[in-house]
Amino acid sequence: MEELIGLLAWGKEGWGDELATGAWLTIRLAVATLPFGLFLGFMLALARRSDEPELVAAANVFVTVFRGLPELLTILIIYIGLDLLINEVVQLVSTERWELSKFVSGMVALGIVNASFSSEVILGALKAIPAGQVEAARSMGMSRFYTWLFVVLPQLIRHALPGLGNLWLLLLKETALISVIALDDLLRQTNIVVGATKEPFFFYSITCLIYLFFALASSVVLGGAERWANRGQER
Amino acid sequence: MSTVDVAVVEKPKAETSRAWTAGRVIGICVLALYVLIAYFLLRMIVVNYDPEFVGKYLPRMVGGLWITVQLCTTAIILGALIAFPMSLARTHHNPVIRGLSFGYVYFFRGTPLLAQAFLVYYGAGQFRPVLQDMGLWGFFRDAYNCALFTFTLNTAAYQAEILRGAISNVHKGQWEGAHALGLGKVVTYIKIILPQAFITALRPFGNEIIFLIKGSAVASIITVFDLMGETKLAYSRSYDFQVYLWAAIMYLAMVEALRRCWDKLEARLTRHLKRTED
Amino acid sequence: MKLLKLFVAVVAATVMLSGAASAEMKKVRIGTEGAYPPFNSFDADKNLIGFDVDIAKAICEKMKADCTFVAQDWDGIIPALLANKYDAIIASMSITAEREKKVAFTNKYYNTPARFVAQKGSGITDISPESLKGKVVGAQSSTTHSSYLEDIYKGVEIKLYGTQDEANLDLASGRTDLVLADSIVLLEWMKTKDGACCEYVGKDVTSEKHFGKGAGIAMRKEDTELKAAMNKALAEIVADGTYEKINKKYFPFSIY
Repeated sequence: MEELIGLLAWGKEGWGDELATGAWLTIRLAVATLPFGLFLGFMLALARRSDEPELVAAANVFVTVFRGLPELLTILIIYIGLDLLINEVVQLVSTERWELSKFVSGMVALGIVNASFSSEVILGALKAIPAGQVEAARSMGMSRFYTWLFVVLPQLIRHALPGLGNLWLLLLKETALISVIALDDLLRQTNIVVGATKEPFFFYSITCLIYLFFALASSVVLGGAERWANRGQER
Repeated sequence: MSTVDVAVVEKPKAETSRAWTAGRVIGICVLALYVLIAYFLLRMIVVNYDPEFVGKYLPRMVGGLWITVQLCTTAIILGALIAFPMSLARTHHNPVIRGLSFGYVYFFRGTPLLAQAFLVYYGAGQFRPVLQDMGLWGFFRDAYNCALFTFTLNTAAYQAEILRGAISNVHKGQWEGAHALGLGKVVTYIKIILPQAFITALRPFGNEIIFLIKGSAVASIITVFDLMGETKLAYSRSYDFQVYLWAAIMYLAMVEALRRCWDKLEARLTRHLKRTED
Repeated sequence: MKLLKLFVAVVAATVMLSGAASAEMKKVRIGTEGAYPPFNSFDADKNLIGFDVDIAKAICEKMKADCTFVAQDWDGIIPALLANKYDAIIASMSITAEREKKVAFTNKYYNTPARFVAQKGSGITDISPESLKGKVVGAQSSTTHSSYLEDIYKGVEIKLYGTQDEANLDLASGRTDLVLADSIVLLEWMKTKDGACCEYVGKDVTSEKHFGKGAGIAMRKEDTELKAAMNKALAEIVADGTYEKINKKYFPFSIY
């Protein structure tokens, strides 16, 4: 056992620092993906609510495809396919080649999946706000922007927060799939460590515990956020 | 009366010339983009068509699809069998049972499926002598069994939470009413609570099946030749991007078909809850 | 439009981040696997080490190129090259006709045979496809060894792994009966504590069609200049003894 603990040491002999850099990349990836996914998801939700059938269809096709594909496949398709596509387009105007970094590929892939799911959550939350509230605010002379900011948004956050919180936890776990495109996230670092130390059970357990810790920390933060969003609802 | 007339007069006019709003333009642009992408992908398939390659790998991929279906179906059924007692244990009055079941559910819901699969597959390999003594090595030797084992435990945790939530959603008055009628706890649970809980659980349960089908792609990473595994093999021999498209179509068809069926099923099972006047 | 705008924004941002790749000849990005000791692997400080890495550095020095290394899983190593994630693969890649359809190769920089290994005392001596029927054989996926097994060993259960390490791990734990891989890589593994379980079975496995003409450096077909420069540098390090020095550092015999 002591020998195993020793493997977790920092620096040249141990693998603790490798796991830590992997964990750090996992966090960075998840945090960078979230705003992208939320923004795209929000746009998709608005599109799906629109009166224009073409716009609704466009958004629905997007959501259906990326909700239905395995994340692993989406990542591989974006990682290889998007680069091929960009290069095909770029070659029309120049001879230079462009590359999408692994981090950005991963971010786009996870963000697209996240957006498809969060558009559902946001759509549901928007539906939960009675139309009468917007009408009332407008008839009191509030501008569209202020109605949105002070009437719709706070309620939207309150309704959407639990669902989006679940999606965040999902996102944290999905980052593990990024290891297949050789981005040095926590799981890939663990694979490298296992390859070198031949201690799969110990290191995969440690990695699972780190993911659990992330989930736990997120739950605490999300719980606080939900209490904050619901502060007007207490009786 | 006059308002109705106005509406009747105006309606055809609105249909003949719809306004070109920004939303409509964007919608049409995006749809056009889809058509363009679809054209590129289709062209790629046609240009790179190689009968020998398709003849060799397409049947293998269909075989892989069958493995995926088998794996998921078995895991869902076995998982449900574990989920029932687990959901009860989650609300058990004994704190040890409650704590253990909470730990189990939290672990499997809080960690990536891929990490769990690695843990089971390579972890079991490391403990071969112990497992051999227990007579379990025959089971864990096979990658398919390891994937099945992982998926079952994983989906059981999710299903237990769905069931627990659905049961706690059933109104307390139902318990009290049944009690007042002199029904025993077990009868109340089976005849009154579970049927109502099932209806609430239907949608999340459907989503869980879809999540498992999608998640099952990670089985390929621990050497199972499921749909994803066969796809990667075909890709490694050809470096032809179209095999990923075939796989995408197969997964999408599977998930969409399930979603449609599930919607039908839900509509049928909840038809007594719908009001006829809408 | 918003979707489109976003797409354009992402593309633009990426382009700005990564910049022009092959603007000057001097910068060469080299893809390698990092899980194939003794040819390429990571040390505990996560530096790339091994024969391939040393050869790559020597070649870069001769070309006066500024080389950076990119680690990439074996499965995706050619697709990532084609998708311009790096400019050359120096990762013990065998020069085969199948691969030459997609990428260009330099001349070989080493050539070692493939061999089977099994657990000691397994009783397996005959490695013909007929006698191995019903056995489970492991190999790394997307390798010459996996293609060879797939084509020749029909009726044998083949298991494919992402890395050679994983294939070895499963042989040691008894999930597979045999592993087919590069003889040197296996030899190195059998020297370790975990590899002590196993031994070579049968003679060298040869097939020019499957295993090709040895390991070469792969690059995109259109990068003819790079190919010429690398071939020149390779010839130089062989001629001036640099190659021999690196060879000696790892192996007591010549693998050229």
